Amino acid sequence: MNWVRSFLDKIKPNFEKGGKLYFLHSTFEAFEVFFFVPNKVTEKGSHIRDYVDLKRLMTHVLIALAPIVLFGMFNVGLQHFRLQLGLDIDAWGQVVKEIGFWRIFWYGFLRILPIIVVSYVSGLAVEFTSAQIRHHQVNEGFLVTGMLIALIVPPTIPLWMLAIATIFAVIFGKEVFGGTGMNFLNPALLTRAFLFFAYPASMTGDAIWVASKGLDVISGPTPLALAAQNQFAQAPSLLTMSLGFIPGSIGETSKILIILAAIYLIFTGVANLRVMISALIGAAAMGIIFNLWGANEYMQIPFYYHFFIGGFLFGAVFMATDPVTSAQTPTGKIYYGLLIGIFCMLIRVINPAYPEGAMLSILLMNVFAPLIDHLVVQQNINRRKKRALLSQTIKS
Amino acid sequence: MKEHFKIKKGLDIPLAGEAPLKDLPDISTDKYAILPQDFRLLSPRLLVKEGDDILAGEPIIQNKLNENIFITSPISGKVTAIIRGEKRILKQIIITPNSSQEYKIFNIPNTLDRDNIIKLLLESGLWVNIKQRPYGIIANPSDMPKAIYISAFDSSPLAPDPDYLIKDEEESFQKGIDIIKNLTSGPIYLNISSSRNKSDFYKSIKNIELHDFEGPHPVGNVSVQISKISPINKGDIYWYLYPQDVIFIGRLFQNGKLDLHKKIVLTGSELTERGYITTLPGMSMQALLSNRLKQNNVRVISGNVLTGTNAGLDGFLSYYDNQITVIPEGYYYDFFGWVAPKFTKYSPSRMIMNWLIRSKKKKYVLDTNMHGEERPFVLSDQYDKYFPFDIYPVYLLKAILSENIEQMENLGIYEIVEEDFALPEYVCVSKINLQEIVRKGLDLMIKETT
Repeated sequence: MNWVRSFLDKIKPNFEKGGKLYFLHSTFEAFEVFFFVPNKVTEKGSHIRDYVDLKRLMTHVLIALAPIVLFGMFNVGLQHFRLQLGLDIDAWGQVVKEIGFWRIFWYGFLRILPIIVVSYVSGLAVEFTSAQIRHHQVNEGFLVTGMLIALIVPPTIPLWMLAIATIFAVIFGKEVFGGTGMNFLNPALLTRAFLFFAYPASMTGDAIWVASKGLDVISGPTPLALAAQNQFAQAPSLLTMSLGFIPGSIGETSKILIILAAIYLIFTGVANLRVMISALIGAAAMGIIFNLWGANEYMQIPFYYHFFIGGFLFGAVFMATDPVTSAQTPTGKIYYGLLIGIFCMLIRVINPAYPEGAMLSILLMNVFAPLIDHLVVQQNINRRKKRALLSQTIKS
Repeated sequence: MKEHFKIKKGLDIPLAGEAPLKDLPDISTDKYAILPQDFRLLSPRLLVKEGDDILAGEPIIQNKLNENIFITSPISGKVTAIIRGEKRILKQIIITPNSSQEYKIFNIPNTLDRDNIIKLLLESGLWVNIKQRPYGIIANPSDMPKAIYISAFDSSPLAPDPDYLIKDEEESFQKGIDIIKNLTSGPIYLNISSSRNKSDFYKSIKNIELHDFEGPHPVGNVSVQISKISPINKGDIYWYLYPQDVIFIGRLFQNGKLDLHKKIVLTGSELTERGYITTLPGMSMQALLSNRLKQNNVRVISGNVLTGTNAGLDGFLSYYDNQITVIPEGYYYDFFGWVAPKFTKYSPSRMIMNWLIRSKKKKYVLDTNMHGEERPFVLSDQYDKYFPFDIYPVYLLKAILSENIEQMENLGIYEIVEEDFALPEYVCVSKINLQEIVRKGLDLMIKETT
């Protein structure tokens, strides 16, 4: 590794103040610290610091996402060949048998890779440029955001749309507020919301969930769409849905992998358990209410089915827990999670315009998170004031 | 009477380099220093010049802001150098000691009432050992504290054994308690930790209210103890000191001398020989450590690794410290260090792979590398596990950063000092210097409210 170090040391002066390439100094630093944790030592405060930094934290999220990405690739291929063979949604075993695992994966890989690349390139371009303009260091936040964006779009998304949406979300969702740590909306969800409202034709309907270029059959409704059309009886089995062999956004389909990822994130201490659990409780509670109400077929779908359809689980694990845009106080996190669950169900079941409620409910709660926190912090303040008052009355 | 308090939040860092309970031979040096910067927020007026001969207990510095407060010399000898830093800030007053210590003799007043006691404490310079909450600064003699707190143990990494430090000093300690009892209208809360204070030292001590605290660091911090016994409200003033300070006060009122001899502990992974040594504040590090270092690329800390000051080998023991820690410096590049699994390194989190093989007994050598770069606040809940207060740390920090005095008050700035943020600072993923922020906030409060 010494040759990397000596190479970096050799070219470093060019990027320092007064050097020829000073205008690229943020870029250089980003690559330098990618290869090496700097030799900087503590100057103030505690003389020792933990080994964990933001890069490592983000890396753990990526590790948790990796199986989901790989599965997403496989599933995109699977859905393509399933339609080609004209098979039923539960017949995934037969598809694998006829086409072969690697061919299916390869097809999906070729469809998904460009999406991931475009998401990263367009987002990182904004990040690097704005870091350069502000003479800041490039922050790690987008390493996760970029992957999340790729996982919550339909596999048929035109790449130029994705690029525009990503650039919009990073600039107006994040950089204008001061970059990583300062944004109040989850940038990945903002990307999806932008696509959803700017290009509804590419984001909604049945046609988009299966990558099926050049085929006559292009119908592939998601279980969620079936539910919204009161045709849930045609939905795939619970097993198929929990394994994830269904049409849908790239990363949202495999519930089992998402649950495994959630366990990993909680075990490593990266994501917050409170948010996840309370989101589930909120959704379950609302689902039970709908079950009891039972005004239409959609309301009668057993509440636990809602965890297996659509992007709710993915949203609860990866989006709602975003430490920057979620509620900051421990108590606030509980309310925040509960409300996400409740609103997700409300939007899904009551609002016919939007089949999926996870994205909108999380974005809505992103907006309200500061208010929730304000109320929780205010309680703390009131407690303190009350205590002071009490001690004064005892004195006098 | 004795109450038990148990703290759950916190962390005992398994740092290598604990000192055994043994005394190292006394050493002599030709160099002691008084470091005015140990006595925070002091606007110092120098009362000596180079070449002056002084006795132990004679004033060196006067506080311009409160002219009753003096810093006196712990040692008798000749002032050999006065070293100033940038903007002529007074940094060090170097004193070369006499061959034998000579004391200024103070008259012990016949009637030991509050005014007389304060007068003698001020005159002898021992007043600076009494500090106050809020803010953690030297107490103001014109205040009347609601109570006095004594934390009888230190829970920070590699902290000295609390009993060993004060062994055989019962008499002076009781005398000191009897004296400071007059300073407050309330009780003296003496807080021990039965798992750490194993001897019977405090069993026979009178005039105190004993409480027992258990749990991981920062349970030894005065802020934690106050927050459990009588949380600070706006306008409350508490004074606090440590057992060795009580002993100094006891000695002063026993024999009229300012005798600051105390046991300190030499700790840290980079020492070949560790143990306890009796010395005076301002002792030169060179004399204490030079033949005990494993290597030269070390950080010499006066105090502990979380809150101590970087003294350097050519520096001196700070006035208030009874611990020296020597750990390796961390000037190295870590190739892909942010993603390497790091089986053999310590982290309280499970984000490095060490948790797989960690045993409870294993101690780790930690160095001074930052292990990353500074970033904005991202994680909102990581400090909570290490911060046993009913305070929202990030909100308080942000109030300080925006210099919002009212919000700082509302969020509990009176209840904490910077040392309470040392553990959150250690674990901070964003590598933010929290203690510096807190100190700035406290300084701002002092400026705005007085």
